[in-house]
Amino acid sequence: MGRKITIEPVTRVEGHGKVTILLDDSGNVSQSRFHIVEFRGFERFVQGRPYWEMPVLTQRLCGICPVSHHLAAAKATDVIVGAGTGEGLTPTGEKMRRLMHYGQMFQSHSLHFFHLASPDLLFGIDADPAIRNVIGVAMKHKDLAVQGVMMRKFGQEIIRATAGKKIHGTGAIPGGINKNLSLKERDEFLKGADPLNIDKMIQWAQAALDFFKGYHSKNRSMIDNFAVFPSNHLSLVRKDGGLDLYHGVLRAVSPEGKKILNDVDYQDYYNHIGEEVRNWSYMKFPYIKSLGKKNGWYTVGPLARLNTCDFIPTPLAQKEFETYKAYTGGKPNNSTMHMHWARLIETLHAAEMIRELLLDKDLQGTKLTAKGAKLREGVGLIEAPRGTLFHHYKINDQDQVIMANLIVSTTNNNEPMNQAVAYVAKSEFTGKPEITEGMMNSVEVAIRAYDPCLSCATHAIGSMPLEMALCGPDGKIIDVKRKQG
Amino acid sequence: MSTSKSKTKAKAKHDVKAKAKSKSKSKSMKSSKIRFEIDGKECTAKPGQTIVEAARDNGVYIPVLCWYEGMEPAGICRMCMVKVGGRTMPGCTTPVAEGMIIESDVPELEDMRKAMVEMLFVEGNHLCPTCEKSGNCDLQALGYRYRMMVPRFPYQFPLRLVDATYTKIMIDNNRCVQCRRCIRGITTKDGRHVFAMTKRSGKSTIVADRELEAKISDALAKKAMDQCPVGAILKKETGFALPIGRRKYDKAPIGTEVHK
Ligand code: SF4
Ligand code: FES
Repeated sequence: MGRKITIEPVTRVEGHGKVTILLDDSGNVSQSRFHIVEFRGFERFVQGRPYWEMPVLTQRLCGICPVSHHLAAAKATDVIVGAGTGEGLTPTGEKMRRLMHYGQMFQSHSLHFFHLASPDLLFGIDADPAIRNVIGVAMKHKDLAVQGVMMRKFGQEIIRATAGKKIHGTGAIPGGINKNLSLKERDEFLKGADPLNIDKMIQWAQAALDFFKGYHSKNRSMIDNFAVFPSNHLSLVRKDGGLDLYHGVLRAVSPEGKKILNDVDYQDYYNHIGEEVRNWSYMKFPYIKSLGKKNGWYTVGPLARLNTCDFIPTPLAQKEFETYKAYTGGKPNNSTMHMHWARLIETLHAAEMIRELLLDKDLQGTKLTAKGAKLREGVGLIEAPRGTLFHHYKINDQDQVIMANLIVSTTNNNEPMNQAVAYVAKSEFTGKPEITEGMMNSVEVAIRAYDPCLSCATHAIGSMPLEMALCGPDGKIIDVKRKQG
Repeated sequence: MSTSKSKTKAKAKHDVKAKAKSKSKSKSMKSSKIRFEIDGKECTAKPGQTIVEAARDNGVYIPVLCWYEGMEPAGICRMCMVKVGGRTMPGCTTPVAEGMIIESDVPELEDMRKAMVEMLFVEGNHLCPTCEKSGNCDLQALGYRYRMMVPRFPYQFPLRLVDATYTKIMIDNNRCVQCRRCIRGITTKDGRHVFAMTKRSGKSTIVADRELEAKISDALAKKAMDQCPVGAILKKETGFALPIGRRKYDKAPIGTEVHK
C-alpha cells in the first residue's frame, strides 16, 4: 500500500508551506508536493479600483518585496497612460525607478544571504536548528551579522529616498515618478558616515561573495551536488543580452542552454506563457506554451538570470560572472545551492548599479513623468529579487480595472521547488515509513534556496512555518512532523 | 445657570465695558469686540463669529470635520461639540456671546470626539494604506490626533459603490462621511451646485449633476477633491502625484496650524 509524507512548516522562508510526500505500493517515494496554504485573491480584489491605484494597492501583497510589485504595476500603468513600455519614460523617471529597484534588490538579497541562508552555511545543514539561525550567526559571527543589518539598512534608505517610505511607498506613478533625488539625499549615499556609504557597500558585497567562494572551496560536494536537476530558465534580459533587473525582453533557455524564448516583447507574454491549475494547490503552475504543460516549466530568479544573460554590465560583477560561468563550462547552471552564489553576484551588481546611478545628474532632473495616447491594457514585468514578476491589467472607459493577472516570482518557481523537494526527499528517504530529521532539514534547505516569498505567492500574510506529512497511496497519513517559523 | 456663573458673566461684561470706555477715545473699533473665555484662555471675538472661528482667531483649535474655512457652517458631524454653561453645543454653528465660558479641551469632550472618529471609520470602508488621499485626509489626521488604534465599535463593512461614470471625477462612496462640504462648497460661476445628496438615511449618497460635472474646469474638480475631507471625491488621474513628505499632514499634525 502506498503512503504519503507531509512536511510543514518550513522555517526561515517568508510565508507558510506544507510538504506532502507520497509513497507508492512498494514503499518508495512516488511524488512530492509543496502546498501553499493561504490564498488572498488580490486579482479579484483590485477590480473596480482606478488603475492609478495599482502600484500602491498591489504592493500590499507583500511586506518583503513590495517595491517589486510597486514597480511592476507602475510599468503596466505606464503602458496604459501611453508612456510606452520601458523606454518611454523621462530619464529622471526611469533612473529614479531603477535606483529604487536596485536598492530593493540589494536589501532583499542581503537579508536573504545574511539572515536566512548563512546559518545553513556557517553551521551546516545537519546542525541543531536551535543554533542554525540568525541569532546563532549573531553570536558566533558578529561581523557578518552586523554587515547584514547595515547592508539591509542601506538598501532600505535608498528605497525611502526614492519611494517616500521604506516599505509601501508611493514613488512610482503611472508614466514616471513623483520626486527626484536631492543633492543632499545623493550625498548621504555617496559620502555617508562609515559604513553607510556606497563604497563600503560594494566592498562588503564583494566580501560576502568571497566568503561564499571560500566556503564553496571547502564544501564542494554539498554545494555542487545538493538538489541538482535539469530545468528551463527564464528572465528578462537587456536587448543586447546584458543582465538587466528592471527592464528588457523575455528570454528562456533549456537546461543545455538552447534558446526557447528568443528575446520576445513581454506585452504579449500570454502567447508564450500558460498557467496550469492543479487541484491540490492554490498556486498556479506556469509553463512555456511551446513546450507544453509537462515539459514547459521553468526556473526564475538569480540562478535563471545568470543562465539567460550573456554578460553583466558592471565591471566587478562581470568578473565574478566569468568565474561563475567557467565553473559550469559556460553551460546553464542547474545546482540549487548555486543560487546563493548567483544571488551574491547580483548583490554586487546592484551595489555597482546604485553607485553608477547616484553619479548620474539625471536623478536631479525635474521632468518626472511622460504621457501619450491612452490604452486600455498594459503589461508590466520586472526582475524581482526572487525572479520574474508579471502584472497585467485591463481597464474600462472609466479608468477602472476590469481584469488583473499577476504571476509572482514564487509562482514561476512553483514546479522547480516541487522538483527540488522531490529530489531531496528521494535521496534522504531511508525506506522506513517515517520522517527523519535529515529529511526535514534537507527539504527546508532546498525550498529556502529559492527564497520563496510564499506570502505573496499565494497572496497570503504571515510568517512561514512548515509541516511535512508522509502519506500512503490511499491518502492516509503515516507520519507528520511540524516546525515553527 | 448657577449664580456663580452668572456673576462671572456679569463681571466679564463689566470688564469689557470698562475696557471699551478707556480705549474709546483712541480706537472706537475695539468697542465692538466680544470677550469670551475658552479653556481658561481669555479671548476676543468679532460680532457674529462662531465659537470655532473665534477660537481659531485666538489660536485655539477645536477639532472640526464638516466645517471648512470660508464655507457656510452646517453643524453635521458634531466633532466641534463644546460645553458652554454645562451644555454641549456645536461650536461651528453657535455664535460667541459676550462673556461666554467655553470648555473644549476636556477629557469628556475629547473622548466623545474620539468616539465619533471611530464611528466614522467603522461606518464606511476606509482603507488608508491604498487611498490616494492618505496624508491629505482630515479623517485620517483626526484618527492620528486621537491615537485611534482599534475602534471600540464593530466594523460595518457596508456594501458601497465606486461611481466612476463621471467625466472629470470619481466618487468613492466607501469613503464618504456625508459632511456635505462638496454640496456647500462647489458651485459653478453662475452659482449652480454641482453635488447633491440622493436617497435617505443610511442609504444616502453623494451624486454629481452629470451635465454640470462634464463641464467643470480642472481647477474646480481639484477644488472638489481638496475640499472633500476624505478620499470620496477624486479628480481622475491625480493619484499619488504628491510625494510622501510633501503632503498636508506630513508636515504637521492636524490642529497645529491653528494652535498657538
Ligand atoms: S463626498 Fe466628500 S465632501 Fe462630499 S459629503 Fe462625502 S465626504 Fe463630504
Ligand atoms: S464641524 Fe461642527 S458639526 Fe461638523
